[in-house]
Amino acid sequence: MKTETRHEQFQPPSAIGTVLRKLHIDIPLFVGLLLTSMLSFVILYSSGSQDVSMLMRQVGRVGLAFLLMIILAHIDPYQFKRYSTLLFGFGIFLLIAVLIMGQIGKGAQRWLELGVFRFQPSEMIKITTPMMIAWYLAEYPLPPKAKQLFIATILIVIPTLLIAKQPDLGTALLVASSGAGVLFFAGLSWWLIIVIIAALSSLTPIIWHFMRDYQRDRVLTFLNPESDPLGRGYHIIQSKIAIGSGGIYGKGWMGSTQSELDFLPESSTDFIFAVFAEEFGLFGCLALLVLYLLIIARCLYISSQAQDSYSRLLAGSLAFTFFVYVFVNIGMVIGILPVVGVPLPLISYGGTSIVTLLSGFGILMSIHTHKKFR
Amino acid sequence: MSDIYVIKDHSVENRLFLNRIVAASIVIVLLTAVLIVRLIYLQIVGHEHYSSLAKDNSIKIVPLTPTRGMIYDRHGKVLAENTPSYSLELIPEQISDMDDTLSRLQKLLDISPEKIEQFQKLRKRQKRFVSTPLLLSMNDEELAKFAVARPYFPGVDIHTQLVRHYPYSDLMAHVIGYVGRINEAEVKELPVAEYRGSTHIGKLGIESSYEKELHGKTGYAEIETNVHARLLNTLNEVNPEPGANLYLTLDIDLQKTAYDALGDFNGAVVAIEIKTGGVLVFVSRPGFDPNPFVVGIANDAYQALRLSENQPLYNRALRGLYPPGSTIKPFIALAGLEYEAVSPQQNLFCPGYYQLPGVSHQYRDWKKGGHGSVNLNKAITESCDVYFYRLASALGIDHIHSFLQRFGFGEKSGIDLVGEKSGLLPSREWKRDRKNQAWYPGETVITGIGQGYLQVSPLQLARATATLANKGKVVTPFLVDKIVGPHETRPGPEIHKDAIPLNPNNVNTVIEGMINVVHSAHGTAKGINKDINYQIAGKTGTAQVLGIKQNAKYNESSIDFKYRDHALFISFAPANDPKIAVAVIAENGGHGGSVAAPIAGRVIKQFLKENNEN
Repeated sequence: MKTETRHEQFQPPSAIGTVLRKLHIDIPLFVGLLLTSMLSFVILYSSGSQDVSMLMRQVGRVGLAFLLMIILAHIDPYQFKRYSTLLFGFGIFLLIAVLIMGQIGKGAQRWLELGVFRFQPSEMIKITTPMMIAWYLAEYPLPPKAKQLFIATILIVIPTLLIAKQPDLGTALLVASSGAGVLFFAGLSWWLIIVIIAALSSLTPIIWHFMRDYQRDRVLTFLNPESDPLGRGYHIIQSKIAIGSGGIYGKGWMGSTQSELDFLPESSTDFIFAVFAEEFGLFGCLALLVLYLLIIARCLYISSQAQDSYSRLLAGSLAFTFFVYVFVNIGMVIGILPVVGVPLPLISYGGTSIVTLLSGFGILMSIHTHKKFR
Repeated sequence: MSDIYVIKDHSVENRLFLNRIVAASIVIVLLTAVLIVRLIYLQIVGHEHYSSLAKDNSIKIVPLTPTRGMIYDRHGKVLAENTPSYSLELIPEQISDMDDTLSRLQKLLDISPEKIEQFQKLRKRQKRFVSTPLLLSMNDEELAKFAVARPYFPGVDIHTQLVRHYPYSDLMAHVIGYVGRINEAEVKELPVAEYRGSTHIGKLGIESSYEKELHGKTGYAEIETNVHARLLNTLNEVNPEPGANLYLTLDIDLQKTAYDALGDFNGAVVAIEIKTGGVLVFVSRPGFDPNPFVVGIANDAYQALRLSENQPLYNRALRGLYPPGSTIKPFIALAGLEYEAVSPQQNLFCPGYYQLPGVSHQYRDWKKGGHGSVNLNKAITESCDVYFYRLASALGIDHIHSFLQRFGFGEKSGIDLVGEKSGLLPSREWKRDRKNQAWYPGETVITGIGQGYLQVSPLQLARATATLANKGKVVTPFLVDKIVGPHETRPGPEIHKDAIPLNPNNVNTVIEGMINVVHSAHGTAKGINKDINYQIAGKTGTAQVLGIKQNAKYNESSIDFKYRDHALFISFAPANDPKIAVAVIAENGGHGGSVAAPIAGRVIKQFLKENNEN
C-alpha cells in the first residue's frame, strides 16, 4: 500500500539531485532529453556543413526551450487542468485568425508575427488538444460513454481540419493522434478501435478527393519514387541511398557524402535522419531508437504513477504522440510512409518543434513532481 | 442528477489505465520493430546496391533554365524582354586574402559597407568553391572600371544573367503585369521538376495569365563532380526549350495616345476591335513602374505606391467599378424598344423633373426647366433624364436586369487577365439576398440613368458598346492574339460567340441617337466631330461621386476636386461599319462631353486613320 512513494529513493541524494528536485525536474527524463539534444548538435554540425553560427542559433533555441520546460514543470498540474478549456479555445481562435489572415494575404499562412519571432498556433494546439480532451473525459467515469466519445471526437476534428486547411498535413496528423491518444488511454473499447481503423481506410478515396495537388503528388511519388527523379521522388531516392550506403557501421561522423555533395535536400531539417544513418550506420540508428524508447518508457511510467484521471490521460497521450512523431519522421525518411513535413523530434534543425516538445515534457515533469500524498 | 456526480470506480479505472499503458507499450515496440526491419533491409541487405548508387551520385543532374518568352504588341514592338544584367562574383577559395581583396574592390567601385556585410553573410552559408555575388545589376561605369583592373583581382569575375525588363514601364504595367521571385507559398503549388532552377514567376497581368506558355521547358545537364562536389566534366545535356513569344492585339502607339490623352486625370480607357474582340487599348492611369518588382522592390518604395492617394497599383480598367451614369441610356432605350415599352416616334413631355405617382420626391433632370417634348432620338442626343426615368419605370427592374445582363453587365467579360471584377447589376433577388429588403420603385427610376446600385468596370462598358455596335453579336475581349512557340504557332484564347436576338430596326434607332450625340447641333459630345469623313456614335455620361440634397445645387467650382463627378464616354466608329469601340472614364473629370469624349475621339481618329491608309 505504501509503495507509491518509493521511487523517490532512486534519486541520488547528492547536492545536485536535491537542487534538481527543488526545480521540479525529473532526472531520468531530463538526462534523456539532454543526451538527445547533444546528439542533435553533433549531427547538425556535420549536416549543416560545419556552420558554427547556425549551430549556435540552434543551441540558443534549445536552451530557451529547456528553460520553458523547467518553468512549466513548476506549475501545479491542477492549473493546467483548470485552464485547459480556456487554452484550447484560445488556440482555436488563433487558428481561425491565421486562416482568415492567410485568405486576406492570399496564400498559405501558418504563423502570427509577434515582432521578434513567429508564433504558430498549430504548435500550441498540439498540446492544448490532448489537454482539452483529457479535461473533458476526466469529468466522467471511464471508459467514456458514447455521448462523451462523440463530443471528444468533434473536439479533435475541429483543430485537425483547421490545420489541414492551412494546409499542413503533418501537423494535422499529429494533433489528431494526440487527441486519439487520450481516447485510447481513456479506455476506448477495442472493437471500436478496429471499426475506426476500418472506417478510416475506407475513407481513403474521399481524403484523396480533398487533397491538394502537391499533396497527391507526394503520395504518388511515395508509391513510385522513380517516376519523378528530378521532382518529388528525388527526396526519397536520395535519402534511401544515403541510409543504405551507411551500412552497419556507417561512414563515421562528418563522413556523409550524400549531404556533403548536396544530393540530400533538407538534410538538416526533415531528412536529418538520413544523414545520421549514413554516418553512424545501423548501430547508430538502433542506439538512437533505444534512446527514444527510454524517453517514451519514462513518460509512460510517469503517466502510470499519476494520481488523477486528467494527469494520467494527458501524460499518456503526450508520451504516445512523441512516439508518433518519431515513427512518422523516420518512416517517411526510410520510405515506408509518404513525405509529410514532420521533423525528427529533438534532432532536426528549427525552433518551433523543439519548443512544443519540451513544453510537453515540462507538463509531464510537473505531473510527476507535484504529487500530493494523502 | 447531473453526470458529474456519478461515482467513479477508481480501482476499475486504475486497472483499465494500466492495461492501456501495457497495450500502448506493445504497439510502440511492434512499430519500432517495423522501423528496425526496414533499416536492416536498407543497411545490410541493400547496402551494396545503395553504396554503388552513392558512388554514381558523383554524376549530378543540374537544371538548365529556359529563357522566358517575349511579349510584343500587334505591330511587333517589344513590351517585355530579357536583358542581360551583370553581377560581380567572388570565388572564395581562389582568393588568398579576402579582406584585402574586398577593401580594394570597395575603393575601386565605391561599394557600401552593407553590401560587404551581406556578402560576408552569404559567403558563410556557401561552400568555398561556389561563386558568390557581391554586386548585382552593375552599371556601365562599374563594368568598365572593373574590366581595366581585372588582372589584379584573381578569383573575382563578372557574371551575366537575364533579367526581365519592361521598356514601357508605367504605360503597360496594368496589362503586362510583372514577374517576381517565387515565394514560399508558390513553391508548394508549382511543378517541382519544371521550376527547378527558375527563380521568377509571373505575378500579375499577362505574365501571370500566360505563365505556362511564357516559362518554357526546363532542360538539364549531367555533370560529373568529385568528392568535394567540384565540377569536373559535363557528360550529357538536354537543352531547355524557350518559352513561347506572345503577340498581343494591343497597339502600343494607340495605348500611348490614350494614356497621354487622359492627362492628369486618373481613369481608364479601353478600346476593342469590334470584329474580333481583340483589345486595342487597355489603359489604367496612373500606372506604375513594374521593373523594380522584378529584382524585388524596396519596402518603403512599395508602401509609397500602396498608400499613394492616386492608387497606381489599382487596375482601374479591369477592377475599377463606377456608376455608368448616362452611358447606360442607349441600352435602356434599346430595352424599351425591344420590350415595346416605347415606340421610336412616341413623344414624352419633360418638365425638368419626374415624380412617381403618389410620391412627393422629385427626380430632377440635369437641365433646369426640362427638354420639353422628347422622342427617343432626342432623349439620347440631349441625354434627357426624365425620359429615361419614365422609360425605366415603364420597363420595371426585372426587364432592365435581364436585358442588361445579356450585354455582359454584372458579369466578368472573360478577358485573359486575372483578377477581373464582375461589377454589380442589381435585381430584386440581389437586394433581398444582400440587404434583406424589398426593391423600391424609386430605385428602378435612378437605374434608368445609371445611378443607384449599378456598377460597371470600364472593360464591361467597352464590351457592351462593342456588342451594341455589332448589332447584338456578343463581343468577348481578349489580349493575346497569337502564341508563337518553338514548334508551333497557335491562336490566343478560344472565344465563344453568342448573339442577342435584336430587331435591327431598334438597334438602328438607338445608333442614330448616338450619332446625333456627336454630330447634331444639340449633341452632348459635338466637340469631336471635326476633320472626319465618317460618323462616330457615342454617349456621354456623368457619374455622381457625391449625393446632392433635394434642393441643393451642384456647383463644380465650390467642391473639392476629389468629390467632383466622374466623366464617362462610350463610342464606336465608323457608325455605319463599326470597327472600334471605346470606353473612357476620367475620374473627377466633371463632364463626359468636354473631358471624356475628346479622349475617345483621339483614339478613334488615330486608329481609323492608320487602318484606312493600310
